[in-house]
Amino acid sequence: MKNIINREIPEFVEGYGKVIPFAGAFTTLPDMQRQAPKVKTIKPHQSKLVASLERVFKDIPVQNGMTLSFHHHFRNGDGVVNMVLETAAKLGIKDLKIALSSIFPVHAPLVEHIKNGVVTALDTNYMSGPVAQAVSLGILAKPVVLRTHGGRARAIECGQLKIDVAFIAAPAADEYGNINGVQGTAACGSLGYAFPDAQYAEHVVAITDCIFEYPLAPVSIPQTRVDYVVKVDSVGDPKGIVSGTTRITKDPVGLKIADTAARVIQAAGLIKDGFSFQTGAGGASLATAHFVRQMMEQQDVTGSFALGGITGYMVEMLEKGLFKKLMDVQGFDLEAVQSIGLNPNHLEIGADYYASPFNSGCTVNMLDTVILGATEIDTNFNVNVVTGSDGVIMGGSGGHADAAAGAQVTIVVANLLRGRLPIIVDQVLTVTTPGETIDVLVTERGVAVNPRRDDLKAQLKAAGLPVKEISDLKALAEQISGAPEALTTGNNIVAVVEYRDGTIIDVVRQVEA
Amino acid sequence: MELRRTMLFIPGNNPGMLQNGGVFGADSVILDVEDAVAPGEKDAARLLVSYALRNVDYGCSETVVRINTLDTFGKEDIRAIVPCQPDLLLVPKVETAADIKEVVSLVATAEKPGQKKVNLIALLETPRGIAEAFSIAQADERVVALALGAEDYTAALGANRTKQGTEIFTARTMIINAAAAAGVQSIDTPYTDANDEQGLLEDSQTAKHLGFKGKLAINPRQIDVIHEVFNPTMHEIEWAERVIEAIRIAESEGAGVASLNGKMVDAPVVNRAERILYLAKLLGLVKEAEV
Amino acid sequence: MGTILTTAQAGTLESSDIMITVAPAAEGSGIVIELESIVMAQYGKAIRQTLAEVLMEQGIKNAYLKAVDRGALDCTIRARALAALGRAGAVSKGEML
Repeated sequence: MKNIINREIPEFVEGYGKVIPFAGAFTTLPDMQRQAPKVKTIKPHQSKLVASLERVFKDIPVQNGMTLSFHHHFRNGDGVVNMVLETAAKLGIKDLKIALSSIFPVHAPLVEHIKNGVVTALDTNYMSGPVAQAVSLGILAKPVVLRTHGGRARAIECGQLKIDVAFIAAPAADEYGNINGVQGTAACGSLGYAFPDAQYAEHVVAITDCIFEYPLAPVSIPQTRVDYVVKVDSVGDPKGIVSGTTRITKDPVGLKIADTAARVIQAAGLIKDGFSFQTGAGGASLATAHFVRQMMEQQDVTGSFALGGITGYMVEMLEKGLFKKLMDVQGFDLEAVQSIGLNPNHLEIGADYYASPFNSGCTVNMLDTVILGATEIDTNFNVNVVTGSDGVIMGGSGGHADAAAGAQVTIVVANLLRGRLPIIVDQVLTVTTPGETIDVLVTERGVAVNPRRDDLKAQLKAAGLPVKEISDLKALAEQISGAPEALTTGNNIVAVVEYRDGTIIDVVRQVEA
Repeated sequence: MELRRTMLFIPGNNPGMLQNGGVFGADSVILDVEDAVAPGEKDAARLLVSYALRNVDYGCSETVVRINTLDTFGKEDIRAIVPCQPDLLLVPKVETAADIKEVVSLVATAEKPGQKKVNLIALLETPRGIAEAFSIAQADERVVALALGAEDYTAALGANRTKQGTEIFTARTMIINAAAAAGVQSIDTPYTDANDEQGLLEDSQTAKHLGFKGKLAINPRQIDVIHEVFNPTMHEIEWAERVIEAIRIAESEGAGVASLNGKMVDAPVVNRAERILYLAKLLGLVKEAEV
Repeated sequence: MGTILTTAQAGTLESSDIMITVAPAAEGSGIVIELESIVMAQYGKAIRQTLAEVLMEQGIKNAYLKAVDRGALDCTIRARALAALGRAGAVSKGEML
């Protein structure tokens, strides 16, 4: 069958189940109760400290076929996922589903666990590196479920992603299970992506290498939701967890794009007191913050809040009074980690609060504008951030589709040509984010506005921005590069791409080895 | 009169930069096969630039190639590049009118029948070149501008290069004067610290104040700042409009001499006013009807 | 007719560039092109065709050519191929363009 954006998807996917087709960004409504894990109790003076992971596995007990969840705040420095799976393998446990909010190159040992049948299913919002490559080549019988950050929170809260055991890597914990991310040697700042897991998993295990005296303060995840505390030698490599400082790109094309994106925001009339903003940490996205900041300074504007993954650059804007609050679901660098621990206006928020579509209000809904990237965008403004030009999985939505849906003006910044490859195509290989939620595409050779936003188009034209039709930009790129041949993929479905509401927006098919 | 507020250097052996050179909105792009290219790569860069000239759309930017000096690779550069029809060649280290005449004769030989005539900008970067500025500017009608290359020049003088630029004051004014006398444009030396926006702003203001018509740029990030400086200000435009209006009134009243605020409006003043309005119109700073 | 006299290389592994190595091949061995590209699926055929065209235009019948492509445009591929051939003695300087 075809979903509303014309993507061919099966009605039933083996290993996933019945498919609910994507029907529009705000069409599908919830019809369920919230997930309710079993109620717990603990007697006075009973200890939660457990001597080893192996012991925890036996105490719970972890069994074949269970779903184990993890957060990705340690990114490419994470040691916990590999440690837990090694324990599972050692104990001969099979058929696990791993619900890890993002999968990085450091998680390469997962490939071996998949081959050995320890792991048979993956549920994640982003994947890159050896695991993503192996998945693209069809290593798993069941398709990976690729969600958005908000969609994962929704799936957990709505009981669609049932977690048996949440293993929460904790930079700092006390013996009674209070956790934060701002202290300890592996400090990573916000622990926001672990909040839904702690709330709704049947069993919650804190894994830490720094036990602090009770009571720990501040508390990100409270003792009331944590069943076990395990002390290990090291939860991860701090160098892989946070980068030193996230810097503005020096690439002149990226800067040109960022400068234009800032002008788009200005032309849309958003640079005014109360402005709210989200941007990524990479290339042109972060550089846009730089140009937006200059405008705010020149026009003496005080913004309301900046949202999402937080960098030192946003911290600086908070400290200079350009924003009143930072709402931080994930810290990207040392400055962000330090700030969230010290500055009361730098708030830690959970994945659900950030972006879940099925609650009484998530923060992306309050955004004036968001700056997003794209691997490909089609002439209907559908965006792919999942698969690369070779068809291999190299990313995922993360918060992309969530912020796009929520913001008043959603701007995609991308090089019209990445090397030789035109960014605009007739059909993206994989849709992550539907075109109806994308308002403007900014490239180095012009700006395209979604036809749904004629109001915006008029504003941008009036401001003298180089507005072109997206089909003209596509033609321009192909004039420079030549028309690319389409990639051919196999039929085997290696991943289903779930929209934030739980419907299926697309599938990823296997590539040839 | 061409607009040359900014002339942006693009390294000639870098395909990524060559393919994107047109997106930054510089008035001219200078595809550089001289200082930006190592001696062992001159052949490859020459080919790359030749193909870029014939295939890459540089949009509104005029195309310029900085060739090597004739005693190194310049002759081969001219033979290969002139038939690809760049708008201009930037000739480095010009010291005498004879240097220009030799380049002109090589360029004329290299031109294909019927192709667009390739003009020259002389880059003056030695004390001798500065001293000969006027005769260089007058050496051939193909010379459309003189440009200052201050780094080599100050090295030859044994002077320290400073942000204030007092050491190049004489060279700057000599070039501006020679160019004006010969009826060609003058282009200022690049500001070499791409990270110092404030310094670039002040240096550009100095250049405009002295009479330069534009400035070389070494980084795309410099373009907006330089444009802002060299664009006519609203104050200048209003003044120019009043000058033109005074002329119109004087003519309609049959008066021989126009005056503005009690001062006589003579020919050089009118010329300056007309140039400001011409630039303003070109840049869309005034509506057609207002001019 | 051009003959590759010696192994030679041009271009770099920078983004948007292509590194081309040409080497002599025995009479009658024909043209062998080995291509590695980050845009193989989209432009692999086009790149091979461009490289073959450049060799043909220079009258080269026997050659081994290896290209490592980082997303170069067609005009860059031609320029780099000619530079490599020039350095290999297969094209006289006057005939490069």
